[in-house]
Parts: sequence; structure tokens; C-alpha cells
Amino acid sequence: MEQQTPYKHKFLPYLLVAPQLLITLVFFIWPATEALMQSFMVENTFGTASKFVWFENFSYILEDEQYLHSVQVSLVFALATTAVSMGLSLLLAVMADRVVKGAQVYQTFLIWPYAVAPAIGGILWYFMFNPSIGILAYWLKGMGYQWNHQLNGMDAMILVVIAAAWKQISYNFLFFLAGLQSIPKSLIEAAAIDGASPFKRFWDIVFPLLSPTTFFLLVVNVVYAFFDTFGIIHATTAGGPANSTAIMVYKVFNDGFVGLDYGSSAAQSVILMMLVGVFTLVQFKYVERKVQY
Amino acid sequence: MATVEFREVRKVYPGGFEAIKGVNLGIEDGEFIVIVGPSGCGKSTLLRMVAGLETISGGQICIDSRVVNNLEPGQRDIAMVFQNYALYPHMNVRENMSYGLKNHGFAKDEIDRRVQEAAQILELSPLLERKPREMSGGQRQRVAMGRAIVREPKAFLFDEPLSNLDAKLRVQMRLEIKSLQKRLGTTSIYVTHDQVEAMTLADRLVVMNGGIAEQIGTPAQVYDKPSTTFVASFIGSPSMNLLSARFQEGKVLVGDISLDLDVKGLPGQFEFGIRPEHMDVVPGEGDVQMKVELVEELGADSILYGNPFGTKEFFQARVNGKSGLKSGDTVGLRFHRDSLHFFDSITKTRLNL
Amino acid sequence: MVENRPWLNFFSHFVLFLGVLIVAFPIWIAFVASTHPPEALFTNPIPIWPGPDLVKNYSEVLGSGISSAGGASVAVMLKNSLIMALAITFGKIVISLMAAYAIVFFDFPFRMLSFWVIFMTLMLPVEVRIVPTYAVVARLDLLNSYTGLTLPLIASATATFLFRQFFMTIPKELIEAAKIDGAGPVKFFVDILIPLSRTNIAALFVILFIYGWNQYLWPLLITSESSYATIVMSIQRMVMSAEADPQWHLIMATAVLALLPPVIVVVAMQKVFVKGLVETEK
Repeated sequence: MEQQTPYKHKFLPYLLVAPQLLITLVFFIWPATEALMQSFMVENTFGTASKFVWFENFSYILEDEQYLHSVQVSLVFALATTAVSMGLSLLLAVMADRVVKGAQVYQTFLIWPYAVAPAIGGILWYFMFNPSIGILAYWLKGMGYQWNHQLNGMDAMILVVIAAAWKQISYNFLFFLAGLQSIPKSLIEAAAIDGASPFKRFWDIVFPLLSPTTFFLLVVNVVYAFFDTFGIIHATTAGGPANSTAIMVYKVFNDGFVGLDYGSSAAQSVILMMLVGVFTLVQFKYVERKVQY
Repeated sequence: MATVEFREVRKVYPGGFEAIKGVNLGIEDGEFIVIVGPSGCGKSTLLRMVAGLETISGGQICIDSRVVNNLEPGQRDIAMVFQNYALYPHMNVRENMSYGLKNHGFAKDEIDRRVQEAAQILELSPLLERKPREMSGGQRQRVAMGRAIVREPKAFLFDEPLSNLDAKLRVQMRLEIKSLQKRLGTTSIYVTHDQVEAMTLADRLVVMNGGIAEQIGTPAQVYDKPSTTFVASFIGSPSMNLLSARFQEGKVLVGDISLDLDVKGLPGQFEFGIRPEHMDVVPGEGDVQMKVELVEELGADSILYGNPFGTKEFFQARVNGKSGLKSGDTVGLRFHRDSLHFFDSITKTRLNL
Repeated sequence: MVENRPWLNFFSHFVLFLGVLIVAFPIWIAFVASTHPPEALFTNPIPIWPGPDLVKNYSEVLGSGISSAGGASVAVMLKNSLIMALAITFGKIVISLMAAYAIVFFDFPFRMLSFWVIFMTLMLPVEVRIVPTYAVVARLDLLNSYTGLTLPLIASATATFLFRQFFMTIPKELIEAAKIDGAGPVKFFVDILIPLSRTNIAALFVILFIYGWNQYLWPLLITSESSYATIVMSIQRMVMSAEADPQWHLIMATAVLALLPPVIVVVAMQKVFVKGLVETEK
């Protein structure tokens, strides 16, 4: 990391980094280490003593059907949310890039969901899909489908996927639009002279050149689906029905705070930490490298 | 191979700015036309209208006697070389050159044949599998030309293709483009702001200023008989000396200096032009005496700067070889009688005497 | 460009319009529901145009809150959310500016170590370490307090990284000129660096305000007294309370109030926000 003709002061730099380092140590490193320690322990039923059990917690949850089920649920949820959200926002961004007039207006209306808390977004869609009074449930009933996310696991998954994807549309839209606008116009013009229709131009030229943005958003969206969607799950389905929407991060909370199984919750936390670590590394290594032309 | 015609072509942008104010031009089959002018004169706009990259507000553009105003770029059978090459970065050279032909439905054999041929002409054969980022500026430029050549279009359009190259490479590529065009015989329209490029490449020049074609002619015509003061000062380096003058008792009066130039029939007031290379340093007084303020020794010739007429700008005289003069010397200058230019002081147009 | 495809232009606008509808629909429905009396919401189909009870519902919710959720007034919740959001925003900006400044412009032992420690926080979102972090906060006696609500969320790496990236693009000549002009590091920081960082700070303000305002899990855990409840976390309580049927008209009014401030901030500062967001992740 190159530096900027550094100052040689003795105390000032420490003073400057101190606040961030202090808070980081107290509220990040310390709890993370505790979680790590806790993941190697098991408490007795009264919570009075704990025993060091090496990797027992880990091997237990990795064989636990419920845990593996929540891993599967998380993967399905992440894939579905990412696909829906990125697909829709790419379409919208491409259209917005074409439309010279009014692009600003459309953008203003498309960035609202970014400001809405995931939990609130969840509640809004929950309300619309409410089996008794929800407007969308009503329309679906009119088309012959009895929607009930409180009983039907698939409906519940669809509900949370829609709520999660809805929220991410703004973010993806903004980045796709920026990516599209950074492609030199002369390339599009050359392709037009080369006889390519707008459709061909998009697939042959624009989409390949958008790949750094696409890859970046892929990572961000998957991380979002794994971690930032806690509010949506907790506020709407509480992981149900029958754990059909119990994503991993929700299970950490549920097992820890509701089930009071600290060891298991800690072990799950550690696994999640490693997952985030991998994602972050991927993002920095590959996205920063950027497919350069 | 085709003719290209501009009939009263106009371009007005939304908001009212008139970029092209009515251009008429007929380009013959196989001709190399250069559109030259300063930034903002509309030359790129004119070119892009031929390509279909800008819509035409008024008038018509015809390619091969067919009005193309409403045709999309891909339907006009033209090929363009962009200033920054616009090579598809994710495709290699071969794919870059094949893309246009693929879109037009050519058979694979035909495409390969044409690509090979073009690569040979441009000496690109060893580079066919490379990507643009692995090549130098000059190489990329040749790929851009290759992409145009394989199309065998009705016309080549060049948009300042040499601006991004260093000076030496520019001269070399200039020659390559000229000989290539002669060999292929394709009608070409070339845009540049560099008047040297324009003079060396063109069969005919179009000198543009503020959306109007001020003169259309061969390099010789434009140089010998510029039709306006703008053309006169734009073409030729160093620029022509232009002075406000009056006609009195058969003599040309510039400021306080009276010049006996053997001319007749001049109006009371006019602009007088003489190129720095069209005067000699003579012993004695000559037409006018000049105190040399500055000397630029360029090796092959020298430029003398002075202010014999008391004008705001320097007067320039060009001398072959080393001048042997220094600041403070006084010289006599004699103007070549067959290279005098006179322009109307209001309309700035050439007075033909 | 000459393009003879008018239907494509129409299609583009159509798709965008549809997109806006889909995106705005939930918010519209929420607003509509918040303006009707409760009976209107139990008939099928529920209305999709606003009703008469706008003032009534909103004043009820702001004043006495929702009985099924413990009755804390939404006005109090809004206040708590505002304090939390602003504290987090300003706290984060100040700390990150200082830390980034130190790392980029000073040479000191442990510089790289500090950098990596801060970097690590990217891998530790709050959801992943909730149990032990809660324990720490409880041990420090910070439950049910504004400090406990905001302090643990203040030191995350994204803002620091953004500033670091920006600081590294400051031309060397600027620092040298400042040195010649007799400006020490503090003066340089305050007089030159911070003014230059204005757009970044503005963009971050929007991003962090939204982040702070929308905090859900953390406030849920550490506040048990209703006087510290924030509006976003309380929504869930209102919907899931087992006592009575949810009072949707009031819940939706609360939801609208909960999403209004961040939406206003985003829309008002749209230009600077979009620019900053795209720059952040580069």
C-alpha cells in the first residue's frame, strides 16, 4: 500500500485511529473471539458450568438434519433472490439507459426500496399476501390459487424471496445503470455500423462488457441474501412454516436467543463468519482485479 | 464504390443550435475527400450524418444515388474508422474484423477469405488471435481499418483516426492510408483538424467553419486561391499574413507604409494577404523594411518575426536554410507579385482581380 | 443515431413504467391502508384508493401508539430512531475520517496491523456475532441506553475504506504546498482534506443514515423498555402480537412513518447519493 509522503508525528496517528480501533476491539474482536471459544464448549442444562468439547458442536450441527436443511434453505433463498432481483434490475437498467428523456424521473422512483428497512419491506409484502385481507392473495384467489404462506412452505419462500428481491432492485439498478453508462458509445456505434440490431448489440457487446459489474453484484447480492435479510424472515415468517424459511442467520438467532443453546449458536456463527470471510476475499481478490480490457 | 452527395444538408440540435447550416457537395466514385476545420466547425457532425449516427434535420444525403436519410447505420453499406478505434475489447482481431460480415449474413468461407486478405494487406496476419489490449496504438488502428476493409463498403468514413498516435507514427500511417485507398479505389471521406494531413491526403478538401463549407477544392486550389480569409489563414503553415489595407493612388497602403504592388481595380478598403514563404529577403529596401524581433531557426528554414506595419500581431517571413540574422537586425522584404491575395473587408471573400 | 424502431422506444417506457408500478405498489398499498378505518380493511377486497381517516389514524398512532404492541407512542419511537440514526451516521463519519487519515498520511508502527484489524470487521456483520456482542454490551451495562444502541454499530470498515481510497487520490503536490504554507497535519486535515471530501461525506451521510435508521436486530435485542424502542424494530411486535387481530390500519400508518424519513433523505440527496454509492464499491 503506497503512502502519501507521510507525516512523521509520533502521537497524533495513534490518537486518530484509537476510536475506531477501540470500538472494533471491544465490540467486534472480543465478541468474535468469545463466539469462537463458545463454539468449542457445551453448557450443562442449568447453565452453571461449561465443558470444553473441541469440535463436537461442529460435527453435531454438520450432521444435524435441521441445520443442513437451513443451509439448503439459505442456498435456495439466495439463488432465487439474486436471480429475480438482478434479472429485473438489469432489464430496467437497460431500458433506462435507452430512454434519454425521463431517465432521472424513473430513477427517482426506482430507488425508494433501498431506503426501506428489510423488516418493513417484509411486512408490506406480508400484508399484501395476507391470506384473509391481502390484496395480492385476493387476486390470486380470483385466479384460482389459494395463497397461504402461513401454512404452505413454498408460498412462504416465495413471499420472502419477493420481499428480499424487491428491496435489492434499487441497488442493482443503480450499479447496472452506471456500468452501462461507462461503456464507450463508439463501441455501440461501431456495432450499429456493423449491422447489429439493438438486441444483438446487447448480447454481443454490452453484456460481455458489463461482466465486472455483474460479477460484483452477484457477490453483493448473495452476501445480502445470506445476512441482511434477517429482518425480513424474523418479521414475517419467523422461519416457518415448519422451518421452510429458516435461513442460516435466522437459525443462529433462534438457537441462541430463543433456544438458549449457546454452543450450537456459536458454532453456527463461526461457520457463518468463515462464509463471509470467503465471500469478502472473493470480492476483493477477483472484483478488484476487474476484468480489464 | 459509389458517389456520395450532400444536398443542402442541415443539422439543428434540439435546443436550437445549428451545427450544419447548408452544405452542398458532390463526391465522385473513388475520390478521397478530406473535411478539415477547427474544433466545433461541424466536420465530425457531417461525417456522422453520412454514417447514420446523427439524424439529418434538412436536405438529403445520397450514397450511390440513393437517399439514405432514413436508413439505419447498418443498412447504408458504409464502414467507419473511429478516432479511438472502437475495437470490441472482448473479441480478438479476427473476431473484430468478422463481426460486421457475420451480421450481414456472409458465409463463413467468404468471411475467412476476406479477413485473411485484409490481414495480409495491413500486415496483421500474425496478430489475428490477439486481443486489442495486447496491441500498440498503431496496431489497433490497423485493425480498425481492417474491420472497414473487409466490408468492401460503398464508402470509407474516417473520424480523425490519427489523432491518438505520436507524430512519427502519424506520418507513417498517413502514407499507408493514402496508398491503401489508391489501391482499393473506395470512395473515402476523412475528417481531421490537422491541415497538413488534409493537404497530403486529399484529392479535394472541404474547409469548414461554423457549420458552413467555406471552400471546396483541390489542395492546390485551396492553397493558391483561398476563397475567404478563414481558408487563407487556416491552410498553410506558418499562417498567411493578413493585413487591413487601403487603396490610394494606385498603391496599397498598410498603416503608414505604402506598397507599390502593380495592382489595379481594388476597392477603397480591403484585406491584403501574403504568405511568409512568398517573400524574399533582399539587400536594400525592398517593398518594406522590417526590424527582426525574433528568429526561429528550424534547420531547413527560418521564420523571421517583426512588426513592419505596426499591427497587433507579428508579421512573419520565411527564409530558406539558416537566416544568419539575429534580433535587432533590419531586413528588406520583397513580395512575390504572383502570390498576392486580396479579400473584401466586410464579407472576407476573395477579390478576383 | 438513425433508428427505425419506434416500438422499441415505446417498449422501453412501458417496461420502466411497469417497473415503477411494481416497485411503488407496496408503499402505495401501505399508504392507502393507513388512511382507512379498521372495518374497511376486513372486507374483501380491501380498497386500493385512499380513505378518509388519514389524520385520525396518524394522530392515534403518534399519540397513543398501538394497544396490541404495548402502547408506546410512535412519536417516541420516531425520536429514538432519529437519535440512533444520526448518532451512528455522525459517529461513523468522524471515526472513519480520522482512522483513514491516520492510515494514509502517517507512518507509524502497527499501521498495517491497524489496517487489517479494521478490515476484519467487514467479515463480522452484527447478525453473525449477536450472542457474544449482546453479552459484552450487557456486561458493560449498556442495555436500554442510547450508547448501547449506537456504539457497537459505529466502527465498521466501509466508510473507512471509502475515505482511504479517496485520500489516496489526493495529489502529492497539495500536501507539499500545505507543508510549505506552514500547515501541520491537523490544519491540513481540517482546512484542506475535509472540504475536499465533501461529496464523499454527503454520499456517506445518506448511506449511513439509512443504515442506522433501518437497524432491526440490534435494537430488538438490547432494548426491553418501551421508552427506547425504535420504530423499525417495533413493527414486528405490532404484527405478531398474539393478543388480538393486528390493527392493520395503524400498523400501516406506523410503517409509512417508519419508511418516510430514509426515503425523503434518499430522494432529496439523490444525485450525490447515487454518485457516492457507485464510487464506494469501486
